[in-house]
Amino acid sequence: MAPVLELEGITKRFGAIEAIRGIDFAVEPGEVVGLMGDNGAGKSTLCRIIAGTFAPTTGTLRLNGHEVHFRRPSDAREEGVEMVHQDLALCDNLTAALNVFLGREITFGFGPFRFLDRGKMQARAGELFAELKSETRPGELVKRMSGGQRQAVAIARTRLSEPKVVLLDEPTAAISVRQVAEVLELIRRLRDAGIAVILISHRAPDVFAVCDRVAVLRRGEKVADKPVGATSPEEVTGLITGAIEYA
Amino acid sequence: MTTRELGRPSIDYVGLLARFAAPLFLLFLVVLFAVLEPRFLHPLNLMNILRQVSIMGLVAVGMTFVILTAGIDLSVGSVVALAGLVGAYVAKGGLDDRFAVGAAAAAGNPVILAVLAAVAVGAACGAMQGAAITRLRVPPFVVTLGGLTAFRGLALIFSGGGPISGFSPAFVWWGQGRIYGVPVPVIVFALVAAVAHIVLRYTRFGLWIYATGGNSAASELNGVPIRRATFSAYVIVGLLSGLAGFILSARLNSAEAVAGLQLELDVIAAVVIGGTSLFGGIGSIFGTVVGVVLIGVLRNGLVLMNVSSFVQQILIGLILVLAVAVDQRAALRRS
Ligand SMILES: Nc1ncnc2c1ncn2[C@@H]1O[C@H](COP(=O)(O)OP(=O)(O)OP(=O)(O)O)[C@@H](O)[C@H]1O
Ligand SMILES: [Mg+2]
Repeated sequence: MAPVLELEGITKRFGAIEAIRGIDFAVEPGEVVGLMGDNGAGKSTLCRIIAGTFAPTTGTLRLNGHEVHFRRPSDAREEGVEMVHQDLALCDNLTAALNVFLGREITFGFGPFRFLDRGKMQARAGELFAELKSETRPGELVKRMSGGQRQAVAIARTRLSEPKVVLLDEPTAAISVRQVAEVLELIRRLRDAGIAVILISHRAPDVFAVCDRVAVLRRGEKVADKPVGATSPEEVTGLITGAIEYA
Repeated sequence: MTTRELGRPSIDYVGLLARFAAPLFLLFLVVLFAVLEPRFLHPLNLMNILRQVSIMGLVAVGMTFVILTAGIDLSVGSVVALAGLVGAYVAKGGLDDRFAVGAAAAAGNPVILAVLAAVAVGAACGAMQGAAITRLRVPPFVVTLGGLTAFRGLALIFSGGGPISGFSPAFVWWGQGRIYGVPVPVIVFALVAAVAHIVLRYTRFGLWIYATGGNSAASELNGVPIRRATFSAYVIVGLLSGLAGFILSARLNSAEAVAGLQLELDVIAAVVIGGTSLFGGIGSIFGTVVGVVLIGVLRNGLVLMNVSSFVQQILIGLILVLAVAVDQRAALRRS
């Protein structure tokens, strides 16, 4: 199958720091890829480039075979790339529903005068939370929510559109066992809908439970990229730490 | 025990107190003054209070937008002076008869032009500062501190040292006129506050203001145009300062370069007393109106009771700190 997303020679420098270096990477529709690596290996940086948070220093990005240049996250969103950020990117002072719809508010009105349709957003957010089996009240302030509820709010955003690629940056880091199961179940449902999923995780059990393939980054370089069936948690751990040079 | 039970928030009494502290305190002051000084409740006195605070209130409404984005505008007093002078200049059609009264005062341009000029000058001041903040990324405190001195300097140069006074009745009406007994500045303040309330509470732009102040990085990631929202907030406070400058000249029948000195302190105090957080993202126009009226009631009541203006300043300072202290307690409890 033709890949939905292709990266070629992606490098990102922050001043003197080279966060990622010469990354080639591709994902097919309905494929779940685990992205693993130590702290600071460059996982978030790579995903942020795909999601349009910032542009790569060098390299090209292709969606469905067409080269794309995202100037901001909303550009990526329009092309069907959704990302759940590591820090969830929530506004604590807003309700769950408003956070879900932030930047894509349902409005009515005329010309530049856009009034919020709170009722519709509240109802839709409620449906999404129910779909995620999360007990999150749409009208409640995010500030008062538990880690899992906050996670659900951030994940619910990816369900607003019909994305081609969903990037999840450590979605299971801060939540309970039961909620981890829900997130993994959600990833499977995304896959079944033909959506490509990139899952950043430190937890090998999660990756081996849902991913078709695992890629390992070490100090900004891709040191492995293989089907989960062809590797093991032990090998991946070795690759992450550098005990195994390359696989 | 289920997570549902665990997740249910208990009633947040400190939060509730913080939320209604300012209205309750205002009510307390009104009752206190009414008991101590019967003249206080006279309708004419109450109107007088509203008239006195309405100019400050206009600026405070604008300041609420700015503080909600986690910004601050220290330049408002200087903008009031500059815009008031420009409005006066336009009304007079020049400086040749700057003190003219009577028939000569009626000459010059239509009042509507003066209003537009004052508002445009205010908006331009706001736009310059907004651009410096969003494009050059200079902190708002620094930019508007610069604005505070620069616009005052401009006003002094523009006025040539003296006031412009003696306007046409149509001009003066905006500051001294009444509609069904209600002073025109009070009506303008009420209308502006109502519109601002609707904008902040019900529109997408209002949500963007709250989102920007709540978490600007997250808002930007989600596609909120945070720079546009921030820029607009400074244009709004500038525009309303311009309008306030015009109404102030109309009320005093005179525009001066020293108008609105230290206005920023009263305005920021009113907004903060009204429960708007200086960290951004939390607050309301309703709160600001309460804060503005509270300061007016306090001043008026203390004057009626012959308390010196020095003591008034001490009390307003204390209340300001108290208001923020209650707010902080509430914030600590929530986190
Ligand atoms: N905006 C930035 N400016 C400067 N340096 C950055 C920036 N973002 C990331 N870096 C640097 O790039 C490197 C990779 O960071 P990145 O966040 O991608 O790591 P990560 O693999 O996601 O780590 P973690 O597991 O801790 O989330 C780090 O050295 C980090 O300090
Ligand atoms: Mg990361």
